[in-house]
Amino acid sequence: MGTVKKITEKTLQVNAIENGTVLDHIPADQLFKVIQILGLDKECKNQITFGTNLESKKLGRKAIIKIADRVFKPKEINKIALVAPDAKINIIKDFKVIEKKVISIPKEIVGIAKCMNPACITNHQPVPTRFTTSYENKHLKLLCHYCEKTTDGENLQL
Amino acid sequence: MPKSLISISDFTKEEMLHILDVAGEFEKNKSQNFLHDKVIACLFFEPSTRTRLSFETASNRLGARVIGFSDVANTSVSKGETLKDTIKMVSNYVDLIVMRHPLEGAARYASEVASVPVINAGDGANQHPTQTMLDMYTIKQTQGHLENMNINMVGDLKYGRTVHSLIQAMSYFSPSFVFTAPPELKMPQEYKDFLTSKKIPFTETEDLMEHINDTDILYMTRVQQERFTDPMEYEKVKNCFRLTASMLGGCKKNMKILHPLPRVGEITQDVDDTPFAYYFRQAGNGMFVRMAIIAYLLGAR
Repeated sequence: MGTVKKITEKTLQVNAIENGTVLDHIPADQLFKVIQILGLDKECKNQITFGTNLESKKLGRKAIIKIADRVFKPKEINKIALVAPDAKINIIKDFKVIEKKVISIPKEIVGIAKCMNPACITNHQPVPTRFTTSYENKHLKLLCHYCEKTTDGENLQL
Repeated sequence: MPKSLISISDFTKEEMLHILDVAGEFEKNKSQNFLHDKVIACLFFEPSTRTRLSFETASNRLGARVIGFSDVANTSVSKGETLKDTIKMVSNYVDLIVMRHPLEGAARYASEVASVPVINAGDGANQHPTQTMLDMYTIKQTQGHLENMNINMVGDLKYGRTVHSLIQAMSYFSPSFVFTAPPELKMPQEYKDFLTSKKIPFTETEDLMEHINDTDILYMTRVQQERFTDPMEYEKVKNCFRLTASMLGGCKKNMKILHPLPRVGEITQDVDDTPFAYYFRQAGNGMFVRMAIIAYLLGAR
């Protein structure tokens, strides 16, 4: 992972991959949530390298994840919009970026986020959560399909 | 998935008007027997007298038979059965489920796992759509129509689910609103934004007397002491939102006072004998409206 020596522009803080996906510009404190959302902590045999608290002009401190030999479907990758709406996705082939993608916030989020209403049925019974999203002025809001209450992005729990 | 009634927004304007027409028909003739081959489940996971009796009577007047429970103590729910399993099981037996549940969203979830229509008879502080339909029926009954009403909502406008749903439902009929509430219990911004987006006028006041003489429908709600963080604040405001007969001297002749009941003193007893009091008739209307909703969801009207 991260090298100890002083980093020059040519040195990568997270090793390059030959083929696969690079997720860049993840807010540093959201790294493990992104890993969780993508299910990389479970049943994943691919080689994964990641680094966090890397310097970023845009975010201050950012995290990066490189997953070898895997390309995500838009439906899968868009879920990380909940925690990393500005993330950049690079598809790598033969060590080169062959495609760049941006995240778009899905209209509906199923089974990831927790409803912040303690009286909501989803917090008491084995019911997968379901939200419709809205994104205004950089604020993400999730409207619960069941209790009809709003969970703000800032109060988001997974 | 069969058509259910979970939120008032599940009904279109046309459906609401249809329900009100059918309810009017049933008020004229209470003995309707056309659901005599149906069985209806009334599942009350939380106690409620008024709503449960109203639904059970409505079912009986339609000729249907009723099964169910009025609290969960003697059911498999107390053994830890999930809501899904209870609903799946009951779905096999009956033609329609009426349910009340203390958790918000429980009725929506039940309607997704049930194979028969579900009527939400209250899910925590979230929705109680049959109350809204009976409020609309009462407004139409007292005023002859629903258009251009000046509706003055009084009391707990922050937590009161009945006022929120009534705003949504009445928004189809070009109303204007007055919101009379103490600062702690003001109408939440999201509902004011909703009205602004629909170009529906509203004003806010803390003084019950300010707009009372222009009001067509005075919709009173309970101001509960538990809502106040400071008990002193409650003492200060409780009398400002108490309606007495002496305040009604300058009211419009057609004005009617509604209240979802139970009241705890926000309408004094001397109001009951004025021609403006309508809250007991309003409660009685619940049965006709619930008959109409059951008949509609079962495809019989």
